[in-house]
Amino acid sequence: MKKAFPILAVLTALFLAYAFYQAMFVAPTDAAQGEVYRIIYYHVPSAWTAFLLFFVNFLASVQYLASAKASSQRATNWVVIAIGIIGFIAPFIPQVRQQLPTGMYPSSVATTALILVGLYFLIGKYFPGQNLDVLAVTAAEVGVVFCTIVLVTGPIWARPVWGIWWAPGDIRLTSTLVLWLIYVSYLVLRRFSDSAQTQKLAAVLAVFGALDVPLVYFSIWFFRTQHPQPVIGGGGSMDPRMLHVLLISWMAFLCFAFLVCWSRFRLEKLRREVEEAEALESLLEPAGPAALSSAVKVTFSRGSK
Amino acid sequence: MLATLGKDIRLEWRSKDALNAMLFFSLLVVVIFVFSFDPLAEESRHIVGGLVWVAFLFAAVVALNQTWARELRNQVLDAYRVSPAPANALFVAKVLGNFILVSLLEALMAPLFVIFYNLRVLGPAWQLIPVALLGTWALVVNGTFFAAMSLRTRSRELMLPLLLFPVSIPAVISMVAATTNILTAEDSAHFYIVLLLTYDVVFTTACLALFETVLQAE
Repeated sequence: MKKAFPILAVLTALFLAYAFYQAMFVAPTDAAQGEVYRIIYYHVPSAWTAFLLFFVNFLASVQYLASAKASSQRATNWVVIAIGIIGFIAPFIPQVRQQLPTGMYPSSVATTALILVGLYFLIGKYFPGQNLDVLAVTAAEVGVVFCTIVLVTGPIWARPVWGIWWAPGDIRLTSTLVLWLIYVSYLVLRRFSDSAQTQKLAAVLAVFGALDVPLVYFSIWFFRTQHPQPVIGGGGSMDPRMLHVLLISWMAFLCFAFLVCWSRFRLEKLRREVEEAEALESLLEPAGPAALSSAVKVTFSRGSK
Repeated sequence: MLATLGKDIRLEWRSKDALNAMLFFSLLVVVIFVFSFDPLAEESRHIVGGLVWVAFLFAAVVALNQTWARELRNQVLDAYRVSPAPANALFVAKVLGNFILVSLLEALMAPLFVIFYNLRVLGPAWQLIPVALLGTWALVVNGTFFAAMSLRTRSRELMLPLLLFPVSIPAVISMVAATTNILTAEDSAHFYIVLLLTYDVVFTTACLALFETVLQAE
């Protein structure tokens, strides 16, 4: 696995360069906005990646909280399966179907519901125990970075196109900003809390944050939005060539995010192992220098693996 | 539950620590706002909804910080942990205690806002009561929960607003929008009252479901 990392890094760099070339030179110029619009090839993929990572953080946190007890784990699994079934069937019911925004197909909603439920169980399967928490930190940190890119590139684009840096009360801008605030407070909590219970408290906060997002969305429901309509699953229309470049750019960003997450995940795991070894070392200290040096050796051999 | 509630109220009644601090604090906020804005009656209707709730939000944090810190002395919290009483009873008692305290503060401070800003309500004034009750509950239920969470952190008094404010944003938006709508009578406040109710139901459920995890975390 470790050998694959540099190869993947080189491939991702090439992919990002290709996406940059596509975005700057191949994609057609926007008729209304001119060249400024090209920033969306960074803005939109970052936004999608950030939302995906925050969602991974939420799933990992739920799994982490549920895994404390076997009974709660079973209960949560059934709730998730029920959500998946409802999410799969509901879009096809005519009354619900009418509520969907134009351009969003029932089949795509149903597939999304299935993918999300699948993701929940995959995360549970491949990240058992403490790894769930490591995954949650990783996703939150990298997600905040991508969300920051979104919040910085947005105003840069808005200034020439809208004439203002920021539209207060805009539904998309505000909900993204609140999402960012929630996850920054999540990271602050992790930083400030040094007890062994940080993981549990952070997971609880992540669940609260996830519950908050739809409420933020509804609380600004009546405020008008200036933001362009969503490209996928919304009423927005886009030149297919632009959409093509956008998707390439997103793939490149996803590879990059995966790479960063991977190394952050390993770093966090190693950090915890070192911490454990150090705790062990301080326990062994009264036993004499021999025990101490062996504990240090454990640390280093684990660290270099 | 009633025992804890009774104890907290008696403590507060005898010392009046939190109430005095909160009252004076929000009085200061009102006065500072009056100096910094000095609005006409017409303008003040549009901004006072925001000012009132910002003042109450800050004052509530003063009270919430005390809720659990008081129990840390003499290891009372550890006694709660090992006691057979359900964790949620303790939580509900604490929330009710804070709710009564903050409501009292609001009842005392609201006339001051009316005097300082020469307010006259144009919309249906009785709707301000459900907005106040639901809004206070929204602040207090999450605040009590996050105060219990921030007990485990360094510099916990600083931590509470950092955790509470981001999650409270939708509630604050609804409270302010509902109050402004009622004061100016430009729009109906029904939507925001229902939203506040939803917020309260969602987060009260979440708090009750997760409080035991937080209390036992040690």
